[in-house]
Amino acid sequence: MRIPAAILTLITGMALVLLGLWIGQNINLLPVDASANAPVYDELFKVLFSIGTILFVGIVGLIVYSLVKFRRKPGESGDGEAVEGNLPLEILWTAIPAVVVLFVGIYSYDIYDRMGGMAPLNDHSMHAMGGEMEESRTWGGISPVSLESDAAAAPLPIDVTAMQFAFIFHYPDAEITSGELHVPMGQPVALHMKANDVIHAFWVPEFRLKQDVIPGQPTLLSFTATRPGRYPIVCAELCGPYHGGMRSTVIVDEPETFEAWVNQNSPIANAAPQTPVQS
Amino acid sequence: MTISLTPEQSTPLQPQGWLRYLSFSTDHKVIGLQYLVCGFIFYLIGGALAGAIRTELLTPISDFLPRETYNEVLTLHGTVMIFLWIVPVVNGAFGNYLIPFYVGARDMAFPRLNAVAFWLIPPAGLLLISSYFIASAPQSGWTAYPPLSITTPATGQIIWILSVLLLGGSSIFGGINFIATILKLRRPGLKLMQLPMYCWAMLGTSILVVLSTPVLAGTLVLLSFDIIAHTGFFNPSLGGNAVVYQHLFWFYSHPAVYIMVLPAFGLVSEILPIHCRKPLFGYTTMVYSIMGIVFLGLIVWAHHMFTSGTPPWMRLFFTIATSFIAVPTGIKFFNWLATMWGGRIALNSAMLFSCGFIINFVFGGITGVALAQVPFDIHVHDTYFVVAHFHYIVYGGTVFVIFASIYHWYPKVTGRLLNEDLGRLHFLLTFVGFNLCFAPQHWLGLNGMPRRVAEYDPQFELINQLSSVGALLMAISTLPFLLNVVLSAFNGAPAGDNPWDALTPEWLTSSPPPVENWKGEAPLVTEPYGYGTPAGELPLAATSGPELWKLGNSDQRS
Ligand code: HEM
Ligand SMILES: [Cu+2]
Ligand SMILES: [Cu+2]
Repeated sequence: MRIPAAILTLITGMALVLLGLWIGQNINLLPVDASANAPVYDELFKVLFSIGTILFVGIVGLIVYSLVKFRRKPGESGDGEAVEGNLPLEILWTAIPAVVVLFVGIYSYDIYDRMGGMAPLNDHSMHAMGGEMEESRTWGGISPVSLESDAAAAPLPIDVTAMQFAFIFHYPDAEITSGELHVPMGQPVALHMKANDVIHAFWVPEFRLKQDVIPGQPTLLSFTATRPGRYPIVCAELCGPYHGGMRSTVIVDEPETFEAWVNQNSPIANAAPQTPVQS
Repeated sequence: MTISLTPEQSTPLQPQGWLRYLSFSTDHKVIGLQYLVCGFIFYLIGGALAGAIRTELLTPISDFLPRETYNEVLTLHGTVMIFLWIVPVVNGAFGNYLIPFYVGARDMAFPRLNAVAFWLIPPAGLLLISSYFIASAPQSGWTAYPPLSITTPATGQIIWILSVLLLGGSSIFGGINFIATILKLRRPGLKLMQLPMYCWAMLGTSILVVLSTPVLAGTLVLLSFDIIAHTGFFNPSLGGNAVVYQHLFWFYSHPAVYIMVLPAFGLVSEILPIHCRKPLFGYTTMVYSIMGIVFLGLIVWAHHMFTSGTPPWMRLFFTIATSFIAVPTGIKFFNWLATMWGGRIALNSAMLFSCGFIINFVFGGITGVALAQVPFDIHVHDTYFVVAHFHYIVYGGTVFVIFASIYHWYPKVTGRLLNEDLGRLHFLLTFVGFNLCFAPQHWLGLNGMPRRVAEYDPQFELINQLSSVGALLMAISTLPFLLNVVLSAFNGAPAGDNPWDALTPEWLTSSPPPVENWKGEAPLVTEPYGYGTPAGELPLAATSGPELWKLGNSDQRS
């Protein structure tokens, strides 16, 4: 019995989609997630990975099939059939990628919004700084702070200075200066980043966040850490001979441990305002 | 304008024999080969530099090269590969060799300008390399972002700027020449929509070259002022703006990626129909997608700057514009697949490399669309993921097509066939080596390895070593190729004039072709892809250029 080609095609297509979905959902290529927006990122990654797998396996499958099926056998001569085009088919494969791309675009916009990327610059996280940043223009980083519905959790401000070849972290409220970044778990953090010499980039792979640190243009990056641990901070922009060595560590602590660290290191003896003053 | 196909190029004032390849020849075929050989020499140099990079990365510590030297090596590698290998070869070499044939002309529109354009390249390349020996080579990457490029040793950076300006000039001269040739030198009776697809690809590419390269030139001149004269265009400490440079740079350099890949699309469109014995599927949609890519390619540059403090609306716009490039690109790929479908595919080296190209490019295109999504890109920008992405495009795409083209047109140039066994070995080694080298780099980028580093987190050691093994295979793969090209020039099987039974005009003359391309009139080829049997008819009804048509030895076709 012969199965009609249309049904075979349909079944192959469905198998392909299932395979793509399975691979996208089950093969994990990412490091552990440690910030509030990392799971959102991973969701996007899975969708893109699925779509990508379906397309790639499908196209490679078509090529391999063609090469096997339509290969010139020894002794065979002559041409294939003179098909110069097929308008409905061509419209179809213009429309399908257009729809896929449109879907991916809208979806990633949504993801970006959920990460807080579309929040207007100088939003409440800025005003939390007491308006001091108002005149020096801050250039947008990603600021997932706005997705915290909990208004009580105002972001903890930290000044970051990048220079060849180190990051320096300064806690303005506690007056601590440190070479490593300590942040409390669950509380939003707002990094105000400045560079002294050349462009650097602040990247924490486990947070899925990166922001260039640009001389002359302060940038803002905020995030909420969600998993205690030590994660690398990596400079991602070529900044000179020791660029590869320009790394540091972010330590995500439980709130109490963080408080203890602040108390231990803060030169302001008795006060330990790890939660900044509300504006 | 008056176009005179002047007789001077046929006079013996020009050196004859192999010497003409070292001369200021105005013959487009000589110039094409000059571009190709010169480009290949720089490819070997760039490859040696890549070898140094992969050797350094065998271990997580910086132990093979001094750190400054490592940055010099990676800057030279990028610059050499882009400006001295891919761009000149895929445009200059094949463009010059093929375009006059395709439009039915005896040479390019401006033969002397053409020779000037080529002869700018060797000095520019030597200048660039010499910077290493004069003072120190540039250290700020092929992107030369200020303020880093302002603070690294000035001599090397200035030499880099001069060299890139010369190469950009060469590229602009070439672009003008291609536009003029394609639009104005067509043989009477030949319509635009009858041109082989490579002409359309080169027209699109040349438009991009002419529109965007001057922007790069202007930017680099300003950068050189910042370095020499201490002006402050891009220097924040003097009130300049470092991000403006990035906008200007990518306004050229994103189109540049299409300058590197559109001609390759064109070449594949020539190769596939011939070896599949079918017409190119969807000619008209192909033409429109090329023009669509040209247009969109000009408005997507800021996808290289998603972490540069760009405002949200700008990120959104460039995400959408970039994603939409996938649509015209996709059309081309589906058309190629449809060209293969139902054909009589001769699975030779040219075809293998073309299929390798499709597979690799689809992979690179998929990671490209992912990178266009701001939230995705913010994690992997400036990491090995991006390195993997663009090598899939530039190496897996364009370099594979260059090899396919060499296997395809070698018989045209020399009258001899390349050895198929060596060709297949070459393909196998290249394909395996390439994927082994670059596929793991996606994982490295996702997991935390930034690009352009000489030292890295020890957890990445094994994967980096795997990648280096792939690079070694790629280096080895050039040996059978070089051997093949040299040996076949003397001992290769005679190819006849038209070993592939092709219909495009360059095959409707002798191989190698005479100085003025055809002994008599140029043939009028209105159906360059007229392959295929309309059920029951004789194959290859020589509908075009019948007076020059010579049936090749079909038994040599593999
Ligand atoms: C057509 C051939 C293509 C070439 C030659 C190419 C080449 C490149 C290169 C060289 C880079 C890295 C630039 C750098 O940082 O130094 C790059 C990055 C990028 N490419 Fe492609 N690409 C191509 C296709 C695509 C496609 C089809 C897309 C998406 C539809 C795409 C999207 C991107 C994006 C978004 C980046 C920025 C990644 C980042 O730096 O974070 N590319 N591409
Ligand atoms: Cu750095
Ligand atoms: Cu781009």
